[in-house]
Amino acid sequence: MSKKPWPRVWEHHDLESSYDVVIIGGGVHGLATAYYLARNHGITNVAILEKSYIGSGGSGRNTAIVRSNYLTTEGSRFYDRSVKLYENLAQDLNFNVMFEQRGHMTLAHSDSSLRTMRWRAEVNKLEAINSEVIDPDEIKKLAPYLDTSDHPRYPILGALWHPPGGIVRHDAVVWGYARGAASLGIQIHQETELTGIDTLHNKVVGVQTSRGPIATSAVINCTAGWSSLVSAMAGVTLPITTRPLQAAVTEPVKKFLHPVIVSGSLHTYVSQTDRGELVFGASVDPFASYSTRGSLEFATGLATHVLELMPSISNMRLLRQWAGLCDMTPDFGPIIGPTPVDGFYLDVGWGTYGFKAGPVAGETVADMIANGKPGHLIEPFGLDRFEKGTLTAEKGAAAVGH
Amino acid sequence: MLLISCPHCGPRNSNEFIFSGEIVTRPGPETDPATWRRYLYMKTNAAGWQEERWFHVSGCRRFLLVARNQDTNEIRMVRDYRDVK
Repeated sequence: MSKKPWPRVWEHHDLESSYDVVIIGGGVHGLATAYYLARNHGITNVAILEKSYIGSGGSGRNTAIVRSNYLTTEGSRFYDRSVKLYENLAQDLNFNVMFEQRGHMTLAHSDSSLRTMRWRAEVNKLEAINSEVIDPDEIKKLAPYLDTSDHPRYPILGALWHPPGGIVRHDAVVWGYARGAASLGIQIHQETELTGIDTLHNKVVGVQTSRGPIATSAVINCTAGWSSLVSAMAGVTLPITTRPLQAAVTEPVKKFLHPVIVSGSLHTYVSQTDRGELVFGASVDPFASYSTRGSLEFATGLATHVLELMPSISNMRLLRQWAGLCDMTPDFGPIIGPTPVDGFYLDVGWGTYGFKAGPVAGETVADMIANGKPGHLIEPFGLDRFEKGTLTAEKGAAAVGH
Repeated sequence: MLLISCPHCGPRNSNEFIFSGEIVTRPGPETDPATWRRYLYMKTNAAGWQEERWFHVSGCRRFLLVARNQDTNEIRMVRDYRDVK
């Protein structure tokens, strides 16, 4: 161990009067976009504006699950690239992000969900993604504490098994990208809130912040929760509603659960961290809100559902619960790409699955800024699809699917 | 818990209701598809007061007009649609 003090890895900077690119939001998406802009395209005159501290929003509140077994070709292709980037992220960033590919298991409790899983498995196989339907005996071998008998109200009939899926330490991903971006010359401005976007003749010319104005010709909205408000500053309306999503952890116990378990029918997903806590997530709250206050309905509903899956953990205690804000779109697909306002770009609408897409969103948005147009991975996810009526239909795999 | 004061049933937990989102003005039937889709999908999504529709599915089964603050979840008005002019 070195006795030397560790140097600060991202410095405090004064706000400059102009930048080539201004990124709104210092989460995984904003930081990854900045990192790939600098590393892949040499664009380093970039500012990231974060109204709080980096990773304070969805990036630090999610349940850190990564997978790519989506229902649509567009979705699986996109998230598969993200899993590949996560696999090499620790080496790329020289920062341990603790990615563990423990396998991801989505349980089927009805014939119709088993049918959707077979469909998903076939779509995934065409994209060379490791994904298959397994029966209760195999489930029992992989996760012995699951109740695979026919006693529960919703018995487990099968599962979609996705070995490359797993969990990551989400803070480490944020810090790794921040360190990488800062070392390439990008300025991260924390506690700097966007207050306005200046446009002239339908073109971005600058932004207003709580620390003063900045001149720029390119602004990327990488926020979650507040994406409608940021876009409204540029005069762009989004098809987004903001929903809280709650999560909770238990006290730590000895390791007994290896894979990530998801149950769409029971609205829950669970994994065990390296510290031994069980991390639970749910589906989004039943009404839209910007409030991150937790509810008793969530905790009681969660306990009921989790005990259906694993009755033996009934004596474990919940330590804490929290909520993050999710930007829900009508088709459960993200919105990435240019807008009717020249120089204003979107990387929003990530619903409940934004964390797992962080690296690939950063890489493809950086490509789009450098090349001036969206690449083939993100083309289906443009804002114009809502007016054209070409929605993506990802609900079957994204509604609770983690 | 979010309490909604139903004009027929009194104060009830929000889980008795179905939230159906902010109220958007419906265009006429002769309008073009792009306008229809804007009506269907585009939202203001205010971080403040918003008028929205709730359905009291486990109570009086009436559609209600609710004014709620999306930032604080405070509710200042609940009315039956029958009484809305």
